[in-house]
Amino acid sequence: MAFPEQEPNLLRTGHAACAGCGLAIGMKLVLQAMGPRTIAVIVPSCEGAIGGVYPNTSYGVATIHSAFEIAAPTAAGIANALKIQGRDDNQVLAFAGDGGTFDIGLQSLSGATKNNEDIIYVCLDNEAYMNTGIQVSSATPSYAWTGTTPEGNPRRKKNIMEIMAAHYNPYSATATIGFPRDLQQKIAKAKSIRGTKFIHMLVPCPTGWKAPSDISPELSILAVETRVFPLYEVEDGKRYTINREPRGLPVQEYLLKQGRFKHLREEQIRQIQTDVDEEWERLKQRAGRSTPRDRR
Amino acid sequence: MKDFMTGNHAVANAVKLCRTPFIAAYPITPQTAIYEKLSEWEASGLLKGIMMRTESEHSAMAACIAASLTGVRTFTATSSQGLALMHEMLHFAAGCRTPVVMANVNRLLAAPWGFWADQLDSLSQRDTGWIQFYCENGQEALDTVIQAYRIAEQVYLPVMISLEAFFVSHFMEVVDLPEQEQVDRFLPPIDLPHKFDIDKPGFLVPVVSSELYRKYKHMAQGSMDSVKKVAVTMDQEFEKEFGRGYGIVEVVMLEDAEIVLVTAGSITSTTRMVVKDLRKQGHKIGLLKIRLFRPFPVEAARDALRGKTRVAIIDRNISLGSGGIFCQELRAALIHSPDHPLTYSYIAGVGGTDVTPEVIQKIAFDALSRKEPMDAPIWIME
Repeated sequence: MAFPEQEPNLLRTGHAACAGCGLAIGMKLVLQAMGPRTIAVIVPSCEGAIGGVYPNTSYGVATIHSAFEIAAPTAAGIANALKIQGRDDNQVLAFAGDGGTFDIGLQSLSGATKNNEDIIYVCLDNEAYMNTGIQVSSATPSYAWTGTTPEGNPRRKKNIMEIMAAHYNPYSATATIGFPRDLQQKIAKAKSIRGTKFIHMLVPCPTGWKAPSDISPELSILAVETRVFPLYEVEDGKRYTINREPRGLPVQEYLLKQGRFKHLREEQIRQIQTDVDEEWERLKQRAGRSTPRDRR
Repeated sequence: MKDFMTGNHAVANAVKLCRTPFIAAYPITPQTAIYEKLSEWEASGLLKGIMMRTESEHSAMAACIAASLTGVRTFTATSSQGLALMHEMLHFAAGCRTPVVMANVNRLLAAPWGFWADQLDSLSQRDTGWIQFYCENGQEALDTVIQAYRIAEQVYLPVMISLEAFFVSHFMEVVDLPEQEQVDRFLPPIDLPHKFDIDKPGFLVPVVSSELYRKYKHMAQGSMDSVKKVAVTMDQEFEKEFGRGYGIVEVVMLEDAEIVLVTAGSITSTTRMVVKDLRKQGHKIGLLKIRLFRPFPVEAARDALRGKTRVAIIDRNISLGSGGIFCQELRAALIHSPDHPLTYSYIAGVGGTDVTPEVIQKIAFDALSRKEPMDAPIWIME
């Protein structure tokens, strides 16, 4: 499936993201796949900041910047109003960060999902509260340095895909910028489905992950290939499909390229590897016989 | 058409008559009957539209704001804790200039817990930029919902209509239900100039400079101020169409009154009786009802109380560390009026305690007996 490269860039140049920002790449890819006739909801998060200050905005689609914890009900309100007006041929897209999804926005996301509101919800996960500096969220991985976990995060990353699966929503998928076709195909698929669609998108953050600004796509690929962030879909909370058979590289190859993990001791790296391996086995079990579909 | 129903059902009927197609709500005692009645009608198709059964009041208001900005008429209802939970979004709604209409059933705020009538929940939100009305009974609540949409959709500010827990929400009274054609004549379809337009995409709610924020607040203040006239005009038009009018304040037997009782909400009904009775006994007593609270009807209140010497304001609320809130607002309104009256602040009915005719008489005689001014509120228990 090809997307026309000449499509106008719906995340205009001149936005305020850091050099190498994975979130900006993610938003650009999503908006490109959605097309210009989209209504986007954004919230306080890096996405709120990179948009710029009035009278400028980098967003090339109709956008509302609502409060932090309400991306989902805001999008749902718009979607229902459009339905009332007989104009529901255009999907409503909600963007939120990991904080706005895993933490403060979790309740309202659950509320919208349990009602199967007709929205596409994209979680731009850079694994901490990056917009406000670098503070730990429940999406921050084990042992990662953040400004509020300076000795390393003592907790594990929450499994948001399992939380969403527990709502039996029609479609959820993981995605990441290092696999742009996979990402855009998932958006196209979401567009064709009614009900609550959830995309968990890993977006590397050079600033918060303390990595060079030119390796965000590479980090994203390594996250998948080390099985730290597998690419898969869940339909109706029950049918799991693994989209790519990872090469199974050791986690160090991903972790040690990032300054936020450089203090890790041997036993912590081993623990991470164990956790990743366990999760991969559980995912494979849920997927039955995994059907790797490499569409690259 | 006359019917017999609770204040809550009167509100629900008004929402249906206004053809409101979008409702987002969450249950809380004593609002639940509004939510349930509207759900029943939405499920059966009698109310054409969509009901969002959200997981919290905060999300309900978020959804209403978003739907309103998409260009449809919206409604929600809540009370007490639920209204408090919405607080952030109340500011947001007014800032976005959305014409959302909400019914709030005045219920005390925890802690400690209770479900009884108290005005503090809505009064705590007086700075959020919402227009606020206080209703005496179910009929007034019904009529005010209809008026509220006209006002909101003209000035682009949200409206909160308050009715007291149980005394109004649950009491059954004879209510005159307007005909659909009358409401259709009075209330044209909504037309929001700043709604989302996918064909002409814009960016709603940007980050702005300090100067621009100030400008928006200044503009909003202008719109808020205009409500003092707009509400009067709408009420007069309403009276022409439906045969009932309320004003933004109401005066009863004020002409030669030596003491004026100032009330809001259901306490007004009881006070009407007390004023009649005391007049029969020869006391020169009058009543000023405050119906519009935001914007505060400064000029109307000042005019009503011109030449009066003694005023007793009854507040079914207490702002700790300050006093009764209607009293604070009225005192501020009177500050520049020459020879303005002695004002006494009475706290009665807090926590839903009963404000009986005896309590009101006690207040009237207490105010009449005082020689010295008194800043602090006077608590009247039964």
